[in-house]
Amino acid sequence: MNQLLKNAIWLLIALLGASAVGGIALNRGENINALWFIAAALCIYAIGYRFYATWIAATVLSVDETRATPAERLDNGRDFVPTNKWIVFGHHFAAIAGPGPLVGPTLAAQFGYLPGTLWILFGAVLGGCVQDMVTLFLSTRRNAKSLGQMARDELGPLGGTAALIATLAIMIILIAVLGLVVVNAMKHSPWATFTVSATIPIAMFVGVYMRYFRPGQVLEASALGVVLLLLSVAGGRFIDEHEILRLLFDHEGLTLAWWIMAYGFAAAILPVWLLLAPRDYLSTYMKLGTITLLAVAIILLQPVVKMPAITQFIDGTGPIFGGKLFPFVFITIACGAISGFHALIASGTTPKLLSNERDICMIGYGGMLLESFVAIMAMIAATVLDPGVFFAINSSVGVVGADTADAVAKISSWGYPVTVAQMQNLAHQMGEATLFARTGGAPSLAVGMASIFGSAFGESLLALWYHFAIMFEAIFILTTLDAGTRVGRFMLQDMLGNIWPKMGETSWLPSVVFTSALVVSGWGYFLYIGVIDPNGGVNILWPLFGIANQMLAAIALCVATGILIKSGKLKHAWVTGLPLVWLVIITTTAAWQKIASDDIRIGFFSAANELTDKLAAGVLPPAKAAIAPQLIFNLHLDAWLTVFFVSLLWLIVFDMLRVCARYLSGKSVLPLTESAHSPSRLVEDWVRD
Amino acid sequence: MSGRLKVFWQMLRRLSGDDAYEQYLKYYTRHHQTDAGHDCHPPLSKADFFRQWQDEKWNGIKRCC
Repeated sequence: MNQLLKNAIWLLIALLGASAVGGIALNRGENINALWFIAAALCIYAIGYRFYATWIAATVLSVDETRATPAERLDNGRDFVPTNKWIVFGHHFAAIAGPGPLVGPTLAAQFGYLPGTLWILFGAVLGGCVQDMVTLFLSTRRNAKSLGQMARDELGPLGGTAALIATLAIMIILIAVLGLVVVNAMKHSPWATFTVSATIPIAMFVGVYMRYFRPGQVLEASALGVVLLLLSVAGGRFIDEHEILRLLFDHEGLTLAWWIMAYGFAAAILPVWLLLAPRDYLSTYMKLGTITLLAVAIILLQPVVKMPAITQFIDGTGPIFGGKLFPFVFITIACGAISGFHALIASGTTPKLLSNERDICMIGYGGMLLESFVAIMAMIAATVLDPGVFFAINSSVGVVGADTADAVAKISSWGYPVTVAQMQNLAHQMGEATLFARTGGAPSLAVGMASIFGSAFGESLLALWYHFAIMFEAIFILTTLDAGTRVGRFMLQDMLGNIWPKMGETSWLPSVVFTSALVVSGWGYFLYIGVIDPNGGVNILWPLFGIANQMLAAIALCVATGILIKSGKLKHAWVTGLPLVWLVIITTTAAWQKIASDDIRIGFFSAANELTDKLAAGVLPPAKAAIAPQLIFNLHLDAWLTVFFVSLLWLIVFDMLRVCARYLSGKSVLPLTESAHSPSRLVEDWVRD
Repeated sequence: MSGRLKVFWQMLRRLSGDDAYEQYLKYYTRHHQTDAGHDCHPPLSKADFFRQWQDEKWNGIKRCC
């Protein structure tokens, strides 16, 4: 009876899920309620978790709950600590959830809501979650080793080096594109600039409070910090309305970019307790709080999605970024569906806390499901806007023209009517001077979130909600930016330490300053070019980031597939092998198009050639002619970077295939580095202690 | 109800690291009673522990995109 009831419930979930997916997929021409997205997502997640994830855990990985985890065996009361599974889940989710799943779906909404939504759902359930879970499992069986170490130990030095270089490269591109998103959100917006700047002294105050005034009182200090952050959002309005003060915070994009570089450099060399750690606390609370609030607001308000299911831009002519639906929707939605970066978290911090292998499913697979759900909410927030408004905010000056009347005429001619008055009214409501050409995804997401929050919790506070949303995005973008710069610095010091040991000393000041400056100039260069690029920069940087991130995911899946085959699990190697094949197909296709396409909005070389010809013919306007040489150089650089990424990817794929072929033909391969089985003695007594 | 609130509060403290020092003390007493053979040093003060804990926590990749 009980079993029958269970089966009936799962059948119902499957039916509901199928009809929700069918509903959003087949809907044409009519507006559709966002609740259908939520229903489709929850049903697919439930089925994926209940049937696929548990099957992988039991059959493919054979998780063993009697086996002691590294946290238990190496317990040192510090970084290796057996921890309650919900706590580990919280840490893991807070670590993997960044700005990626918010920005990616917003940009991909130019294809309509359907392609992005389907990839977020199925990419996560079949790819991203599997990658995170398998990596977590493999690292747990190997004393919490990092992905790079596992690649080196199991595949060989080539794999290890490739993983290291890929990580550093993706970090540089990621920071540049995120910096660009923040710059575009703050450009000529005194309110946003003030609020974002205020997060820095607030974080420092919290840091000093936790370190000296009341050591270790983390919650108390963070609560104070959150209150101050909210005050800074409200205080921004005062600044914005003050005639003199607003000039202090009203800046061009380029000025802001220089400030962000200076900030990144400072954050990388200042002690962590002063800026990095307290900012991370604050951003984690804001992130978890706001995401919960957004979920509640969407469920309460049940907004209507106004974007069509599919737009004409699947043919590659989209205003936000060039390129056809295949492969660019898969590259654009990076982190919401599958993200290589997660493999770094799943093989590092998380396995050091895991108290029992049976929780791998819930933490690895479940954590990514929640991340995917965040991406679905971002997709909803982007698509509840009038499509005309969405395109007006996200289309760069280079595409629709600098004149607002021209811009609305062009956007309306695509079939998405919008008027100047409507945009002015919206900008006024949001407390901004203009919302035209605010590329990068952050402003349109903030407008979407503000309208959802506004309708659910009070329309009169739209401007506050908008700037709250901007602050929320900026604070964890800056956290990724400064944490990433610091990690990049450590990696660089580590590499240089092989050449000159003194450089490897992480506390030797000249080395610290030199490597930090090198990392900052790396991403600072791309940020600078992105800011001066009249097409908005995001259209170039985001695909580059997507390709790099998917390449890292492919490396993680290579390591996983290689280890599965070496463990004699060839029969089940498709679990990671199929997502790997798909990723290799999409990254290679995207990279090929970015290199070889004749369309100047896609191909780097063709864009460079066109610009060179125009410059030589003297037909460029003077402002553009002045920056053209830099843009041309950058296009060449981006093209070669793409060549490099895709070569690295194929190198590691062949290396993995070589190892597998040797193993399958009975030749010697590097031995498995799984640590020996030792029985667990741990009794979970968390609630009682 | 108050039991649930207590569990929630406990979770929040554990998650944020608010009770890290208490956990450390517990670990310390547990491990320093069982093997009294080695040289014992007194447990770190809260301020010292927190310093080390915070610095260690930030070695490596902690945040993602």
